[in-house]
Amino acid sequence: MNRTEREAAVRRILDQTPPQVPADLYEDVLRRGGRMLRRRTAARRVLWLMLFAAAVAFTVWALTVRPWVEPPSQTTPPLSGW
Amino acid sequence: MRERQASHDAGRAREFEAFVAGAAGRLLHAATLLTAEAPDANPRARRLLTLALAHTYACWHRLRGEDPYDRARQYLATRYAREVWHQHTALGRGRPRPPGTLAVLTPQERLIIVLRLYEGVAEEQAAALLGLPAERVRAICDRAITTLTHPPRESTPAVRGPKVAPS
Repeated sequence: MNRTEREAAVRRILDQTPPQVPADLYEDVLRRGGRMLRRRTAARRVLWLMLFAAAVAFTVWALTVRPWVEPPSQTTPPLSGW
Repeated sequence: MRERQASHDAGRAREFEAFVAGAAGRLLHAATLLTAEAPDANPRARRLLTLALAHTYACWHRLRGEDPYDRARQYLATRYAREVWHQHTALGRGRPRPPGTLAVLTPQERLIIVLRLYEGVAEEQAAALLGLPAERVRAICDRAITTLTHPPRESTPAVRGPKVAPS
Protein backbone atom coordinates (compact mmCIF):
# COMPACT_ATOMS: atom_id res chain seq x y z
CA MET A 1 0.00 0.00 0.00
CA ASN A 2 1.57 3.29 -1.00
CA ARG A 3 1.38 6.61 0.74
CA THR A 4 -1.66 8.02 -1.07
CA GLU A 5 -3.68 4.88 -0.42
CA ARG A 6 -2.76 4.93 3.23
CA GLU A 7 -3.72 8.59 3.49
CA ALA A 8 -7.04 7.85 1.84
CA ALA A 9 -7.61 5.00 4.28
CA VAL A 10 -6.90 7.25 7.26
CA ARG A 11 -9.21 9.91 5.80
CA ARG A 12 -11.96 7.33 5.64
CA ILE A 13 -11.35 6.44 9.28
CA LEU A 14 -11.51 10.14 10.18
CA ASP A 15 -14.77 10.75 8.33
CA GLN A 16 -16.75 8.16 10.26
CA THR A 17 -19.54 9.21 12.67
CA PRO A 18 -19.60 12.99 12.67
CA PRO A 19 -20.89 14.36 16.01
CA GLN A 20 -24.14 16.32 16.43
CA VAL A 21 -23.75 20.08 16.85
CA PRO A 22 -25.47 21.13 20.11
CA ALA A 23 -28.52 23.35 19.62
CA ASP A 24 -27.52 26.04 22.09
CA LEU A 25 -24.08 26.50 20.57
CA TYR A 26 -24.81 29.83 18.90
CA GLU A 27 -26.21 31.48 22.05
CA ASP A 28 -23.26 30.21 24.05
CA VAL A 29 -20.80 31.55 21.49
CA LEU A 30 -22.53 34.93 21.41
CA ARG A 31 -22.49 35.14 25.20
CA ARG A 32 -18.82 34.29 25.53
CA GLY A 33 -17.75 36.30 22.50
CA GLY A 34 -19.73 39.33 23.66
CA ARG A 35 -18.11 39.11 27.07
CA MET A 36 -14.67 38.93 25.48
CA LEU A 37 -15.43 41.99 23.34
CA ARG A 38 -16.74 43.98 26.30
CA ARG A 39 -13.68 43.10 28.37
CA ARG A 40 -11.35 44.17 25.60
CA THR A 41 -13.18 47.45 25.19
CA ALA A 42 -13.04 48.08 28.93
CA ALA A 43 -9.33 47.27 29.09
CA ARG A 44 -8.61 49.60 26.17
CA ARG A 45 -10.59 52.37 27.84
CA VAL A 46 -8.70 51.95 31.11
CA LEU A 47 -5.37 52.05 29.29
CA TRP A 48 -6.25 55.26 27.46
CA LEU A 49 -7.50 56.80 30.71
CA MET A 50 -4.24 55.95 32.45
CA LEU A 51 -2.24 57.39 29.58
CA PHE A 52 -4.26 60.59 29.73
CA ALA A 53 -3.87 60.85 33.52
CA ALA A 54 -0.11 60.34 33.22
CA ALA A 55 0.12 63.07 30.58
CA VAL A 56 -1.84 65.51 32.75
CA ALA A 57 0.25 64.70 35.81
CA PHE A 58 3.47 65.23 33.88
CA THR A 59 2.30 68.58 32.50
CA VAL A 60 1.28 69.84 35.93
CA TRP A 61 4.56 68.70 37.46
CA ALA A 62 6.59 70.34 34.69
CA LEU A 63 4.73 73.63 34.98
CA THR A 64 5.15 73.82 38.77
CA VAL A 65 8.75 72.58 39.08
CA ARG A 66 10.09 74.07 35.81
CA PRO A 67 13.04 71.70 35.54
CA TRP A 68 14.46 73.58 32.53
CA VAL A 69 15.20 76.75 34.57
CA GLU A 70 18.79 76.86 35.80
CA PRO A 71 18.82 76.76 39.60
CA PRO A 72 20.48 79.75 41.36
CA SER A 73 24.16 79.14 42.01
CA GLN A 74 25.10 78.20 45.54
CA THR A 75 28.87 77.89 45.22
CA THR A 76 29.89 81.56 44.80
CA PRO A 77 29.82 83.49 48.07
CA PRO A 78 27.63 86.58 47.99
CA LEU A 79 29.54 89.72 47.16
CA SER A 80 29.06 92.29 49.89
CA GLY A 81 30.89 95.32 51.34
CA TRP A 82 32.64 96.14 48.10
CA MET B 1 -25.51 57.67 11.94
CA ARG B 2 -26.58 55.49 14.84
CA GLU B 3 -29.10 53.72 12.63
CA ARG B 4 -26.42 52.99 10.10
CA GLN B 5 -24.21 51.61 12.84
CA ALA B 6 -27.08 49.43 14.08
CA SER B 7 -27.83 48.04 10.63
CA HIS B 8 -24.12 47.41 10.14
CA ASP B 9 -24.04 45.46 13.42
CA ALA B 10 -27.12 43.46 12.42
CA GLY B 11 -25.49 42.58 9.11
CA ARG B 12 -22.38 41.45 10.89
CA ALA B 13 -24.41 39.34 13.30
CA ARG B 14 -26.17 37.68 10.35
CA GLU B 15 -22.84 37.00 8.68
CA PHE B 16 -21.48 35.48 11.84
CA GLU B 17 -24.57 33.34 12.33
CA ALA B 18 -24.23 32.03 8.79
CA PHE B 19 -20.57 31.31 9.42
CA VAL B 20 -21.35 29.37 12.60
CA ALA B 21 -24.10 27.41 10.88
CA GLY B 22 -21.70 26.45 8.12
CA ALA B 23 -18.53 25.79 10.07
CA ALA B 24 -19.68 24.40 13.42
CA GLY B 25 -20.25 20.83 12.25
CA ARG B 26 -16.87 20.44 10.64
CA LEU B 27 -15.01 22.16 13.46
CA LEU B 28 -16.83 20.07 16.07
CA HIS B 29 -15.88 16.92 14.23
CA ALA B 30 -12.25 18.06 14.15
CA ALA B 31 -12.37 18.92 17.85
CA THR B 32 -13.90 15.56 18.72
CA LEU B 33 -11.17 13.79 16.78
CA LEU B 34 -8.57 15.84 18.65
CA THR B 35 -9.89 15.09 22.10
CA ALA B 36 -10.55 11.44 21.09
CA GLU B 37 -13.96 11.51 22.72
CA ALA B 38 -16.98 9.52 21.60
CA PRO B 39 -19.08 11.44 19.02
CA ASP B 40 -22.13 11.56 21.29
CA ALA B 41 -20.33 12.42 24.56
CA ASN B 42 -17.84 15.14 23.81
CA PRO B 43 -17.89 17.90 26.45
CA ARG B 44 -14.23 18.80 25.92
CA ALA B 45 -14.65 19.13 22.17
CA ARG B 46 -17.76 21.26 22.61
CA ARG B 47 -15.93 23.53 25.01
CA LEU B 48 -13.03 23.89 22.57
CA LEU B 49 -15.44 24.67 19.75
CA THR B 50 -17.33 27.27 21.80
CA LEU B 51 -14.09 28.99 22.79
CA ALA B 52 -12.77 29.00 19.23
CA LEU B 53 -16.01 30.42 17.81
CA ALA B 54 -16.25 33.01 20.60
CA HIS B 55 -12.71 34.10 19.79
CA THR B 56 -13.67 34.40 16.12
CA TYR B 57 -16.72 36.44 17.11
CA ALA B 58 -14.59 38.79 19.18
CA CYS B 59 -12.25 39.54 16.27
CA TRP B 60 -14.92 39.33 13.56
CA HIS B 61 -14.77 43.06 12.73
CA ARG B 62 -10.96 42.99 12.45
CA LEU B 63 -10.73 40.10 10.00
CA ARG B 64 -10.59 42.29 6.85
CA GLY B 65 -10.82 39.60 4.22
CA GLU B 66 -8.99 36.96 6.24
CA ASP B 67 -10.73 33.59 6.30
CA PRO B 68 -12.70 33.28 9.57
CA TYR B 69 -12.69 29.50 9.29
CA ASP B 70 -8.91 29.52 9.17
CA ARG B 71 -8.81 31.75 12.23
CA ALA B 72 -11.16 29.52 14.20
CA ARG B 73 -9.22 26.40 13.22
CA GLN B 74 -5.93 27.98 14.24
CA TYR B 75 -7.33 28.98 17.60
CA LEU B 76 -8.79 25.51 18.12
CA ALA B 77 -5.47 23.83 17.33
CA THR B 78 -3.29 26.09 19.46
CA ARG B 79 -5.73 25.99 22.34
CA TYR B 80 -5.81 22.21 22.26
CA ALA B 81 -2.01 22.04 22.12
CA ARG B 82 -1.77 24.34 25.14
CA GLU B 83 -4.33 22.36 27.14
CA VAL B 84 -2.53 19.12 26.39
CA TRP B 85 0.74 20.64 27.53
CA HIS B 86 -0.76 21.80 30.82
CA GLN B 87 -2.46 18.47 31.42
CA HIS B 88 0.70 16.60 30.64
CA THR B 89 2.68 18.55 33.20
CA ALA B 90 -0.10 18.50 35.80
CA LEU B 91 -1.60 15.02 35.59
CA GLY B 92 0.85 12.81 33.81
CA ARG B 93 -0.23 9.71 31.96
CA GLY B 94 -2.36 7.93 34.52
CA ARG B 95 -5.63 8.63 32.77
CA PRO B 96 -7.95 6.05 31.21
CA ARG B 97 -7.81 5.71 27.43
CA PRO B 98 -10.52 7.80 25.76
CA PRO B 99 -13.02 5.99 23.52
CA GLY B 100 -12.64 7.99 20.29
CA THR B 101 -11.40 6.95 16.86
CA LEU B 102 -7.88 8.33 17.27
CA ALA B 103 -7.36 7.16 20.83
CA VAL B 104 -4.39 4.98 19.83
CA LEU B 105 -2.41 8.09 18.93
CA THR B 106 -0.70 10.60 21.19
CA PRO B 107 -2.24 14.09 21.37
CA GLN B 108 0.48 15.53 19.12
CA GLU B 109 -0.05 12.83 16.51
CA ARG B 110 -3.79 13.46 16.65
CA LEU B 111 -3.25 17.18 16.18
CA ILE B 112 -1.06 16.67 13.15
CA ILE B 113 -3.27 13.97 11.62
CA VAL B 114 -6.37 16.13 12.00
CA LEU B 115 -4.69 19.22 10.58
CA ARG B 116 -3.02 17.43 7.69
CA LEU B 117 -5.56 14.80 6.64
CA TYR B 118 -8.94 15.91 7.98
CA GLU B 119 -8.52 19.65 7.43
CA GLY B 120 -6.08 19.39 4.54
CA VAL B 121 -3.68 22.03 5.88
CA ALA B 122 -0.37 22.12 4.02
CA GLU B 123 2.64 20.64 5.77
CA GLU B 124 4.47 23.96 6.07
CA GLN B 125 1.42 25.72 7.48
CA ALA B 126 0.82 23.00 10.04
CA ALA B 127 4.49 23.16 11.00
CA ALA B 128 4.34 26.93 11.41
CA LEU B 129 1.15 26.66 13.44
CA LEU B 130 2.66 24.15 15.85
CA GLY B 131 6.15 25.63 15.92
CA LEU B 132 7.83 22.48 14.58
CA PRO B 133 10.11 21.90 11.58
CA ALA B 134 8.26 20.62 8.50
CA GLU B 135 10.30 17.41 8.40
CA ARG B 136 9.26 16.59 11.93
CA VAL B 137 5.60 17.13 11.04
CA ARG B 138 6.04 14.80 8.11
CA ALA B 139 7.71 12.15 10.26
CA ILE B 140 5.02 12.34 12.95
CA CYS B 141 2.31 12.18 10.30
CA ASP B 142 3.86 9.08 8.73
CA ARG B 143 4.18 7.39 12.08
CA ALA B 144 0.57 8.15 12.94
CA ILE B 145 -0.65 6.84 9.59
CA THR B 146 1.28 3.63 10.17
CA THR B 147 -0.20 3.26 13.65
CA LEU B 148 -3.70 3.79 12.31
CA THR B 149 -3.45 1.45 9.34
CA HIS B 150 -1.54 -1.25 11.24
CA PRO B 151 -2.78 -0.93 14.81
CA PRO B 152 -0.51 -2.53 17.41
CA ARG B 153 -1.75 -5.97 18.44
CA GLU B 154 -2.07 -5.47 22.19
CA SER B 155 -4.27 -2.38 21.98
CA THR B 156 -6.52 -3.20 19.04
CA PRO B 157 -9.87 -2.98 20.91
CA ALA B 158 -9.38 0.78 21.19
CA VAL B 159 -9.79 1.21 17.45
CA ARG B 160 -13.46 0.96 16.67
CA GLY B 161 -15.16 0.67 13.34
CA PRO B 162 -14.25 -1.50 10.38
CA LYS B 163 -10.63 -2.19 9.59
CA VAL B 164 -9.88 -0.32 6.43
CA ALA B 165 -7.91 -1.58 3.48
CA PRO B 166 -5.95 -4.64 4.59
CA SER B 167 -2.45 -4.55 3.21
